[in-house]
This record gives sequence, C-alpha cells and structure tokens, in this order.
Amino acid sequence: MTPGSDSRETRILAADDVRRALVRISHEIAERNPGLTDVVVIGMQSGGVWLSEEVVRLLAGMVPGVAVPHGVIDVSLYRDDISLRPVVPAAPSRVPVDLTGTTVILVDDVLFTGRTVRAALEALNDHGRPRAVQLAVMVDRGHRELPIRPDYVGKNVPTHVTDEVTAGPDGVLVMTSVVTPA
Amino acid sequence: MRHLLDTADMDVPAISGLLDMADHMAEINTRAVPKVPALRGRTVASVFMEDSTRTRLSFETAAKRLSADVMTFSASTSSVNKGESLRDTIETLSAMGVDAFVVRHKSSGVPAAVTQWTDATVVNAGDGWHQHPTQGLLDAYTVTRSLGAGNSMSGLTVAIVGDVKHSRVARSTSDVFHRLGARVLLVGPATLMPSGHCGGPALPGTECAPDLDSVIGGVDVLYMLRMQRERMDSALVPDIAEYSCRFALTPERAKSLREGALVMHPGPMNRDVEMLVDPAMLPGSRILAQVSNGVSVRMAVLFTLLGGAPGGLVETR
Repeated sequence: MTPGSDSRETRILAADDVRRALVRISHEIAERNPGLTDVVVIGMQSGGVWLSEEVVRLLAGMVPGVAVPHGVIDVSLYRDDISLRPVVPAAPSRVPVDLTGTTVILVDDVLFTGRTVRAALEALNDHGRPRAVQLAVMVDRGHRELPIRPDYVGKNVPTHVTDEVTAGPDGVLVMTSVVTPA
Repeated sequence: MRHLLDTADMDVPAISGLLDMADHMAEINTRAVPKVPALRGRTVASVFMEDSTRTRLSFETAAKRLSADVMTFSASTSSVNKGESLRDTIETLSAMGVDAFVVRHKSSGVPAAVTQWTDATVVNAGDGWHQHPTQGLLDAYTVTRSLGAGNSMSGLTVAIVGDVKHSRVARSTSDVFHRLGARVLLVGPATLMPSGHCGGPALPGTECAPDLDSVIGGVDVLYMLRMQRERMDSALVPDIAEYSCRFALTPERAKSLREGALVMHPGPMNRDVEMLVDPAMLPGSRILAQVSNGVSVRMAVLFTLLGGAPGGLVETR
C-alpha cells in the first residue's frame, strides 16, 4: 500500500436532528429570557446566519406578538490572527438596533477555539453595550483556546483538532483525514 | 499584490473583491464609532510631495479607522527644504518602522522607485500624469453602488470630459471603468487628448468624441475633469472662456442629461471653468459620495495590502 492521505466523512446529525436541536435551543432561549424582553438575535457570518434566521422564526411562533430584532455580524476585521493568515470578509455586518441594554443571542454553527466568538464580543461592543450576551451553537467540538463556553448547544461532539466540521440544514458532517501508513 | 502603483496591478476579480471589501468598510463608516481594530500596530506614512487636501486626509482617515498609526509628512515642512533627497527621506522613515507608504509626487514613476528603497508596501496616491489608482477604484465603487448591477459596469456609457492628457485620474478611472465593462468616451479639445487619440486610442478601450453636446444626452455617467491650469506649460487652449463654452457643464447642458445620469468630479472643482452649475442643484451629482466612498475604498486597499498574510491577499471566498 502506498502512503498517502484520505478523508473519512461521518454524518453525526441528520437534517431532522438539526431541526429538533434548533427547536430545543429556541425553547431554552424563550425559557431563560421571559417574554423575550430586549432580546436581539445576531448570526455570525457566514455559518451562523441561517441558524439565526431559523431561531428568529421559531421564537416568533413560541412567543406571539413579540418581534425579535435580527442582525448579522462579520468579525473578520476583529480577528486576532489578521496578520497570520488571509482574512476575507463574507457579507457586511447588519445590526438593525442599538445593542445597549439588550440581551444578545449570538448564534454560530460550530464552536471550536473560541477565537471567533472573542472577536464577535469585541465587534458587538461597537454597536452598543449589551446587558448580556448568550451564545448558541449547533455543534461544540471542543479544543477551546480561550475561556469561552456556550449557553445553548445542539450537540457536543468530540473531535480531533485537525477534523473539519460543517453544520448546515441538511445535517452535521465531520471530515477526518486518514493517513494511510507506508 | 504587495503594492498598488497602477490600476493594471489588479485583475478584474481583484477589483471586484476590493469593491466588495469596501462594502464592509462603508458599513463601519455608518456606525456611531467608525473604527475597527484590524490594523492595530501597523504604521502608515503619508508622503505627499505635491499639494493635496482630500487624498491625504482620505488615506489618513482610512488608516485611523482601521486603527493603524499614521505618520504625516509634507514636503513644505520637512528636511526636503534642507536638501534631503526623497530616497534618504524614505530610508529614514523606514528605519522608524513603517508598514506602508502612501506616496504622491509630481513626477510619474516615483512610487515605483520608492518600492526599491524600502521593504514596506507602497500605495500610489497620484504620480504625475501617470496614475491615481485609488481614485479609479473609488469612482468604480461610486458608479456600481449608485447604478447597482453588482460590480459590473457593462451596458453603461461614461463620458470623461476635459484635460484628459494631463490627467492621472482619467488614466486610472478609464482603465477600471473599461475593464468592468463600461463604454468610455473621452471628450475635450484635441490638444488635451492623450497622444495618439483622435487617430488611434492611447488609452485602451476608450473612444474619442469631439464635443460634449453630441454625447451628453446619451451618457449614464458624466465625469468632469478639473482643468489643470498649473500643468499647462504651453497654450494648449486658446482661451479659458472658449473652453468653458464648449466643454463646461452649464445649467443648460445639465438639462440634456438623461434622468438618473450621474455627474462626477474628482475634485477640486473649478466653479468658474468646467463646473458652471452648482452640483448641489444636480440630482445626479455623486461628487460628495465620491469623497465619502474614497475613505471606504482606501480602507479596503490598506486592509487588502496590510491585513493579509505576508504577500497580501487577492483570493476571494
């Protein structure tokens, strides 16, 4: 056998599982924030955007009559690794309200080192001073490099640091690279 | 891309990527606190050997909004007056630790020469008749964001009017407009057309039109250049009044503009020579938008050159 590398793909959540996790997370958000008073949902570019849209839609069904403001932020210009690797912003940020005094539900697909969340916390402050920020993620894959923890988690997934994890409406995939021995 | 000396340094995908990046910067500029930490710890030196208001302040504002430190140098208050050469000046500033030089000079090619004297990134802020690349980019940003078809200018007709020959703005802007798909007409007296024009275009992708009245009703963008009196060393125009009569934007001519047509000017305007109408009275005037877009586009340029991994970044996601 010749030495080389290959990758193995594992689906750890199916589309139904993702949907159920989103419903549960939304219920938890509604439970922890009675009446959704002053709640603003912010999705992180780019993977957190569709999740945040779903959360807003589900919250609207759970607490009728409350319109939860929704925004998206791109944290590229706040990253701490700007000079270490190419940084290419996705779509521009859009924060429709002053965040001062609000409870921000920050939504992302995968929580890994925590550095994107750190950048997001700094970015949020440029739009006002939230009373609190709560973090919702579909997958927590571990390997934190900063003292950051999520408030709402779809699924905790043990991974290797070199794995790649993608979360979409169709499910959550883990790509593991496999080195074939010589 | 390590330096920005000429619009030709960027291919169309790179221009597109830069215009998209400028959207991010424009969003920052709408905030109550328009500042991000992206270039914290980097130093940008502006070296202006020729007078400028908007370009220098625009670059410095752009650098500050990205949290870079700014060193300002202007020829009139420096040791250049004691006879220090530009090369020594650049080497001296480099020794203090500069990541990017923003260079303006009255002679073409000086920014390219500066790249030989320093390891820092060099951005051309206007050199002689040659190029003013950030102007071309901010003009393209202004047109595409006003007329809205993504980053394309295809199907648009632009007339660039005035002293094209002595205009670095015309060189940069016509190049970017042409490559984004616009039809570019050059309008002005034959003596102020670039050599080869009205006989064979010297600016690629441009066409010649003899007078303003025959084209003004058909353009989507009317781009007025400043009549550069300080560069006219010989009598290329018999009389300024005659020039105004044929090529100035007057209230009467403004009435022939199509509805929705844009009027642009790189500034500074001569309100008694080429702009005989108050731009504030023109609904299509984008002249102040050009200035505010200039900050966003220069932020995008500085971030693209200084923000990426070593070697800059050109790839788009």
